[in-house]
Amino acid sequence: MKSNLPRSLQTTLIILIVVGIVMLALGGYFGGITNWLGQVTVGSQTWLSSRFLAISDFLTVPRDMASLRQTNIELEAEVAQLQTQIIELQQQVTQTEILSALVDFARTNPENTYKAAAVIGRDPSPFLRYVILNVGSNDGIVRGMPVVTQQGLVGRVDAVVSGAARVQLITDQVSAVNIILKNSKTEAILTGSITGDLSLGMISHDVTIEPSDVVLTSGLGGDYPPNILIGQVVSISNPEYELFQSASIQPIVDFSRVEFVLVIINFQPVDISPLLPTPSP
Amino acid sequence: MIQTGIISRINLLSGSADLILAILVTWSIQEQVKTAWHWAVIGGLMVGFISGLPWFIPLAGYLMVVGVARLLLRRVWQAVLLETFIVIFFGTFGIQLLTAGYLTLMGGTFKIGDVISLIILPSTLLNLLVVIPVYYLIKDLALWLYPVEVNP
Repeated sequence: MKSNLPRSLQTTLIILIVVGIVMLALGGYFGGITNWLGQVTVGSQTWLSSRFLAISDFLTVPRDMASLRQTNIELEAEVAQLQTQIIELQQQVTQTEILSALVDFARTNPENTYKAAAVIGRDPSPFLRYVILNVGSNDGIVRGMPVVTQQGLVGRVDAVVSGAARVQLITDQVSAVNIILKNSKTEAILTGSITGDLSLGMISHDVTIEPSDVVLTSGLGGDYPPNILIGQVVSISNPEYELFQSASIQPIVDFSRVEFVLVIINFQPVDISPLLPTPSP
Repeated sequence: MIQTGIISRINLLSGSADLILAILVTWSIQEQVKTAWHWAVIGGLMVGFISGLPWFIPLAGYLMVVGVARLLLRRVWQAVLLETFIVIFFGTFGIQLLTAGYLTLMGGTFKIGDVISLIILPSTLLNLLVVIPVYYLIKDLALWLYPVEVNP
């Protein structure tokens, strides 16, 4: 529909209406309406914003979770690695302490020459008390050499190959060591057993031995050097119907936990078997 | 290496498990395996070389156990694990008594009661425990090496 009013009149009319509305607004007549519109707008904006944020979170949080999980895995791996390092360092500290003690022992006993060795295995048979060392004939080890720790006597080399040696512990059931009791100055024979217990035999009834007496190698027989500490007397058995007294010995070395030992390489065992008397026919 | 380095250090009283025995027994009772005797000889000689015992004692013991295992093969119907336990039980007893007999002949002095209660029975128990995982490992190994033929 075409308007009948001239164009200039239309423009003037619009300007007047706009000016009137502005004047009314400035005069405060539209307050209720603007408040209502503002509330509606703000409410709508709030609703829209919250929904947008919810959708945005929904879309972005899984990505963050994956990132966090990845970070967690990496941290756990790092913790495991650090724990492994701690264990390795603790083992090194323990080994260093043991080796340091062995060095101290070697310094305080300069009359002997030692070769340090690690215990790398034990005899597969539960009847035998043998350990395997990581040194052999290439390191100058020969059969019969005594083996000690910083605490005391361990045993002697029983067999040797180029890179390893087998040591018979003094707790082995066929082991026999000539000993002397430090306080009573009594000589006796120390024997092992299948259970690993040590006992003394061949002690005359005339001799008085006391618990806690110290047991040392006597050097008789030529198998071991003298004065190596073995242990202490724990209990004494002295039945009248036996020919000899016997005693139980607490070894000073914990044979179940021996890790490093010293082989006395300047000691040559003496084979006295040709000197032993043979029964004449 | 595992036997001397680890297993021999794990003791129950004075007994210890025999991993080589467990492997030999479980290998021998696999039907498709044809090399049980070979491994008994190899295992026996290796143990004889490492151990303080003379070489023929572990060799004879392992051959005896493999013989028993092959003898019992398929006799215990569809109960291979039970057969394993039976062989391990009597095999451990046999080997330990063989060792004890040898040591007695060589002048060892010990009470047979101590040997049974402190060595043989604990060793048997440990072997019975060790043989369970070994059985499943060896069974898988045998199936991998000797796949069962399926007829179409």
